[in-house]
Amino acid sequence: MSSLQNITADNVVPLRVNKADRPWTHLDDLESEAIHILREVAAEYRNPVLLFSGGKDSTILLRLAEKAFRPGRFPFPLMHVDTGHNFDEVIEFRDRTVERLGERLIVRTLDESIAQGRIKLKHPNQSRNAFQSVTLIDAIDEFAFDACIGGARRDEEKARAKERIFSFRDSFGQWDPRRQRPELWSLYNTRVDAGEHMRVFPISNWTELDVWQYIAREKLELPSLYFAHERPVTMRGANLLPVSDLVEPRAGDRVETRVVRFRTVGDISCTSPVESTASTIDDIIAETISARVSERGATRLDDQASEAAMEERKKAGYF
Amino acid sequence: MFRFTTAGSVDDGKSTLIGRILFDAKAVPDDQLAALERSAQMRGDGTVDLSLLTDGLTAEREQGITIDVAYRYFATAKRKFIIADTPGHEQYTRNMVTGASTADAAVILVDARKGVIEQTRRHLTLAHLLGIPHLLVAINKMDLVGYDQAKFDELAAAITSFSASLGISAPRLVPLSAKQGDNVVNASDKMPWYGGPTLLTLLEELPPAIHVNQSALRFPVQLVARVREDGGGQKRLYQGRIESGRLAVGDEIVILPAGTATRITAISTFDGILQSAEAPKSISLEVADDVDIARGDLLAHEASRPRVADRFEAMLCWFADEPFDPRGRYLARLGTRTVSARIGELIHRLDVVTQEHIAAPEKLNRNDIARVRVMLQSSVPYDGYAENRATGAFILIDAQTNATVAAGMIAA
Ligand SMILES: Nc1nc2c(ncn2[C@@H]2O[C@H](COP(=O)(O)OP(=O)(O)O)[C@@H](O)[C@H]2O)c(=O)[nH]1
Repeated sequence: MSSLQNITADNVVPLRVNKADRPWTHLDDLESEAIHILREVAAEYRNPVLLFSGGKDSTILLRLAEKAFRPGRFPFPLMHVDTGHNFDEVIEFRDRTVERLGERLIVRTLDESIAQGRIKLKHPNQSRNAFQSVTLIDAIDEFAFDACIGGARRDEEKARAKERIFSFRDSFGQWDPRRQRPELWSLYNTRVDAGEHMRVFPISNWTELDVWQYIAREKLELPSLYFAHERPVTMRGANLLPVSDLVEPRAGDRVETRVVRFRTVGDISCTSPVESTASTIDDIIAETISARVSERGATRLDDQASEAAMEERKKAGYF
Repeated sequence: MFRFTTAGSVDDGKSTLIGRILFDAKAVPDDQLAALERSAQMRGDGTVDLSLLTDGLTAEREQGITIDVAYRYFATAKRKFIIADTPGHEQYTRNMVTGASTADAAVILVDARKGVIEQTRRHLTLAHLLGIPHLLVAINKMDLVGYDQAKFDELAAAITSFSASLGISAPRLVPLSAKQGDNVVNASDKMPWYGGPTLLTLLEELPPAIHVNQSALRFPVQLVARVREDGGGQKRLYQGRIESGRLAVGDEIVILPAGTATRITAISTFDGILQSAEAPKSISLEVADDVDIARGDLLAHEASRPRVADRFEAMLCWFADEPFDPRGRYLARLGTRTVSARIGELIHRLDVVTQEHIAAPEKLNRNDIARVRVMLQSSVPYDGYAENRATGAFILIDAQTNATVAAGMIAA
């Protein structure tokens, strides 16, 4: 993409007058780094895309994109890879947010991939999380995206902790952890050849607590699943499982209604809520500070399958 | 936010040390502890291995070595930290350089039994070359030398004399045991002869190193956006991050490399308009004249211009598996500018262990560090790396494979 962007008048958002200068904090360091990364993407790629799922991390990415590009339009469309196992409320939030921003959303669904025979499920209610990479890579091919911006954070998981901010993917969409490009200073090597692409993670250096503090500071709206609510659940191992059409209790499961919230919102069949009465962002911040269980440990059944689960999925093209 | 990196030889105890910091600072979530205990049971010896907290990738677990840079995050009541955990094996020097490039401090590990070895000298030299503001040396495994003061003093003397030969002041030294937890987070009662702070206390109290906003203004332009205004006119926004210094509305500035002068008329962010701004803020600027400003240009104050040239000398750290090719086509990335580059001359290779200069080497192999003359296709603005890390650093990219083959630091 050329570094000149055309901004049309109907998309110009008037600039507000700056609020009283607040002291510079670690959130400002993180924000400025992320804006810098997003602007590098805009300058260096012909056809980038930003992955937006309606979750908290990608909601932050949208705010950062506003900070990087307003009063102009985003120099990329948004895309959601929909597993078809999403909470209705998250989809509704996704659409409302895109509408409010006036940006373009592309949706590609696993159902389409299944219909085309690109994904073969063993049984219809199987967790679809790991299959997202198939639909994602197909969409990257379809649109010839050369950069894909995602909201992954290094504090989420051990394999992610080693990933670069600009993370190269070969023409098969695969990540090779042993051949990562060294990343020095903030001089990113953005180069890709035709058919290859870059995954870019502007909030690599943010922790879960940073994310919540930023949401509080920016007064960002989120799906209400993130806040305490009553929900029928059953225990699976050490985790709670939300009972739904997709997750039907097995014989002997006790279904009970508990007050819970989600720390991540992903595929319904493998995303666990945690017991919590945190009903405001401040409550969540307090809870996150004292949390004794990591975000993925508490909530993602797919990562507990083996110590190397995430690394294997990432090599195959997963985010 | 405070970034530090760790360096040491394989088995000096880096992973254990980081695991210990996280564990004693209570930054390890219960489920990760449970996973550690599970793997302890699997190995059958029942001891929890703190190094597993950072050794992330399967290949590493299988080989029992750290092969890449891993980033770790934790906070104490005083500070938020980012750790770049870098491997110590010689063939992975490039990862140490990577971790060091953004670090405010380096913690270099020495195994008390092995003393100052080649790798220690290499790490001290690299840390110095990369301009890491604070150097700390952790003398680890003190439990295996009976917490002996004489042993510590002997190592301290060796490190101090090596530092003097580098021309840097002696680093802070902490005697500790990562495995037993002595002097890492909690003070040890086994070494009453050491009156100093624990490693974590030192890290919490080091002054924030980079006073980016006190040095000369450097604003590399990332993007130019055209905005249509209500009256039908059009204005241009120059977007980027202030890498150092500060700027204000009304400032007279120069656009480099062209040297054109203009004046700042507005500074804005999504959160509103500003009268002034300083590093490391990301902003949009407007200027008075209809001048040509593009991505890759650098804005500075007239009184503190960077240098502008199409050649300079630099220290180059070669990363690629293949040796440097004098006929190779390379791209240099400096700030937001990418230009074709050639290495005109290999002036000398630095032996990082003996500090010796080997004049006019024929080759540059992986992990070699050399003083070179870089020739660029066009003139660029730059500073010496010692004056400004942001405008004095560059990377070299192989134009055919797109690999990052070297990191460079421009000589003053
Ligand atoms: N006795 C003792 N052993 C240690 C200490 N620190 C690390 N080790 C052991 O040294 C070995 C290598 O440690 P590790 O952290 O994997 O080293 P790395 O290769 O530098 O990351 C392991 O067996 C550790 O248990 C220490 O302070 N005392």
